[in-house]
Amino acid sequence: MAHMTPTPVLDPSQDKTMILNMGPQHPSTHGVLRLLLEIDGETIVRIMPDIGFLHTGIEKTCEAKFYQQVVPMTDRIDYLCPMTNNLAYCLAVEKLLGIQIPPRAQWIRVMLNELTRINSHLVWLGTHAMDIGAMTVFLYCFREREDVLRLFEAVSGQRMMTSYFRIGGLALEPPLGFMDRVKKFLLRFPGNIDEYESLLTNNPIWVERTKGVAYLSPEDAIALCATGPTLRGSGVDVDLRRDLPYTGYENFKFKVPISNDGDVYARYMIRVAELRESQKIAMQALEGMPEGPVKADAPNVVLPDREKMKTQMEALIYHFKIVTEGFAVPEGEVYMPIESPRGEMGYYVVSDGTAKPYRVHMRSPSFANLQSLRKMCEGSLIADVVAAIGSIDIVLGDCDR
Amino acid sequence: MGLQPAITDIEQLKDRPEVAALLAWNAAAVSGAKVDRNELTIWLDRIALREACLTLKNDPQLQYNALADVTCVDWYPRQPRFEIVYQLFSIPNKKYLRLKVKLQGEDANIDSLTPIWPGANFFEREVFDLFGVRFDGHPDLTRIMMPENWEGHPLRKDYPVEGYR
Repeated sequence: MAHMTPTPVLDPSQDKTMILNMGPQHPSTHGVLRLLLEIDGETIVRIMPDIGFLHTGIEKTCEAKFYQQVVPMTDRIDYLCPMTNNLAYCLAVEKLLGIQIPPRAQWIRVMLNELTRINSHLVWLGTHAMDIGAMTVFLYCFREREDVLRLFEAVSGQRMMTSYFRIGGLALEPPLGFMDRVKKFLLRFPGNIDEYESLLTNNPIWVERTKGVAYLSPEDAIALCATGPTLRGSGVDVDLRRDLPYTGYENFKFKVPISNDGDVYARYMIRVAELRESQKIAMQALEGMPEGPVKADAPNVVLPDREKMKTQMEALIYHFKIVTEGFAVPEGEVYMPIESPRGEMGYYVVSDGTAKPYRVHMRSPSFANLQSLRKMCEGSLIADVVAAIGSIDIVLGDCDR
Repeated sequence: MGLQPAITDIEQLKDRPEVAALLAWNAAAVSGAKVDRNELTIWLDRIALREACLTLKNDPQLQYNALADVTCVDWYPRQPRFEIVYQLFSIPNKKYLRLKVKLQGEDANIDSLTPIWPGANFFEREVFDLFGVRFDGHPDLTRIMMPENWEGHPLRKDYPVEGYR
C-alpha cells in the first residue's frame, strides 16, 4: 500500500463546514481516486483530488527496456484503450527512426483504433449511467463491448492487453475472416447506439441529473489543460485526428461533434455522437482496405516473418540481433500527440542514440482532465460530483501511470 | 523517408514566426533553437520563461493559448542537469511548440506557469515529485504520485530502477 496514512489531510476552512472523504475504494470514482470534499451541508465548498494510488513507475521502467519492449508497457497505462497507447508510442518511435508504414498497416491501425474508441466509450457510457442510477445501460454496453473484445482477441490473441501495433507496423496479418467479423459488428452497431440513446437521451431523470450540471466554461477548459470530449463539450473545436492527422486519418471523412453547453449532458451527447463517427470511420477503413504488407521494409527494426526467420540466414541474424540487443534509434526527441478516447495522449520520447529510450513521458489525458473537476464541482451538490467524475471519463491507470 | 539532419543554427531559424517573435521580444533570453523531425524547440533562460509564455500566448498571430504538457529530462551526470520541457499548443493555429529551460542540479527551481495556465498545477507537481525540481509561485507544491514521506525522486537518473533497498 503506497499511502500508509491517508495524506494529504484537509482542514475545514470555516466553522460550519466539514470534510468528507470519498474513495479511494468507492464504486463511482472509477478506480482508486480519493476525493477530499469540504462541504457545507450538501454543498461543496472545496474539492481536492488525491491520486497516485496506481502509480507503478512505468516511465522509469521504460528507461530500462529496449524500444520494442516498451510496447507492452503502454497497454497497461490506459487499460480501456490499449491500442491507442500502442499507436501513440509506435508513431513516436517511428518518427524518431524516420520509417514509413505501409498503407494496409495504417488502415488497420485506424480501424482498430476506432474500435478501441468504441470499446472505451462503451465502458464509459455503462459505468457513467450506472453511477447516476440507470442500471440497464451497463448491461447493454457491456454486451457490445464483449463483441469488440472478441475482435481484439481474434486479431491479437488478447482481449485487453493487445500489444498488437508494433514499431514499424503490426505484429502480424489479421486472421482469415477477421474483416467479415468486423463488418458484421459495424453493421449492427448503429442500431445498438439507438438502443442506448432510447434509454437515456430523452429520459427525464437522466436529463434532470445531467443538464446544467458541472458546467465548465471554454476559457476554464483551456486554462485547465482539458482535452478531448471535456474540451469539446465546452465548445472548443479541437480534434487531433482532423487537425494534425496521423497514421492516415487525412483519408477519412468524419465529423467532430462539439457542443457549447459545457455540462454533463453535453459531454454525454458528444461521446455518443463520437460512437457513431467511430463506426463510420471504421467502416470506411474496412471498405477501402488496401492490400499489401503490414510491416515496414526496415529489416533492422521490424522482426522478420516467422517463416523467413526459419528458412533464411539473413532474417535469422536480424531476428537474433533485434531480440538480443534491440535496435539503435538516432539521437533526438519527439512529442507525438494523438486523440485518444479521453483526449490528447502525447508520448514524449527522447533518444540518446542507444537501443533503450533515454526518457519516455506519457502526457495522459485523464491526469490533465482531472484538474477540471474542481471548477465543475465547487458550489454544486455532492451527488453531482459523481456525475462530474463520470463525465470527465478518467481512467486511474492512465492518470497515475 | 530518410531523416533530415537537425537545424540547430538560430540564424537559419530566424524566419520562423515563433523564433522571430521571441527574438523581437527579448533576444538575450533565447539561448538556442532547433528544428528536428519537423518539430521546433526553443531554449530559454530560466528567468524569462513566464514572460516568454505570456508573449507567445498574447501574440495575435501565434496564439499559443494552451499548455499541452510539462515534463523534465535528467541528463545526469552532465551539467546543467535538468531540462524542463514545455509543450505549448495553439488552438487557433493547431500547432505545437516546445520550450526548454536548462537547470543546474544544485538549485533546480523555476517560475511556475500556474498564474498563466492553472492546469500546469498537476504537471508541475509531478515534475517536483519525480525529479525534485521546485516551482516558484506554485499554489500547492506537494508530492502527487509518491507518498508524502517518500525519500528521493524516482525519475532522476541516479535513482536505481528497482529503488533503494
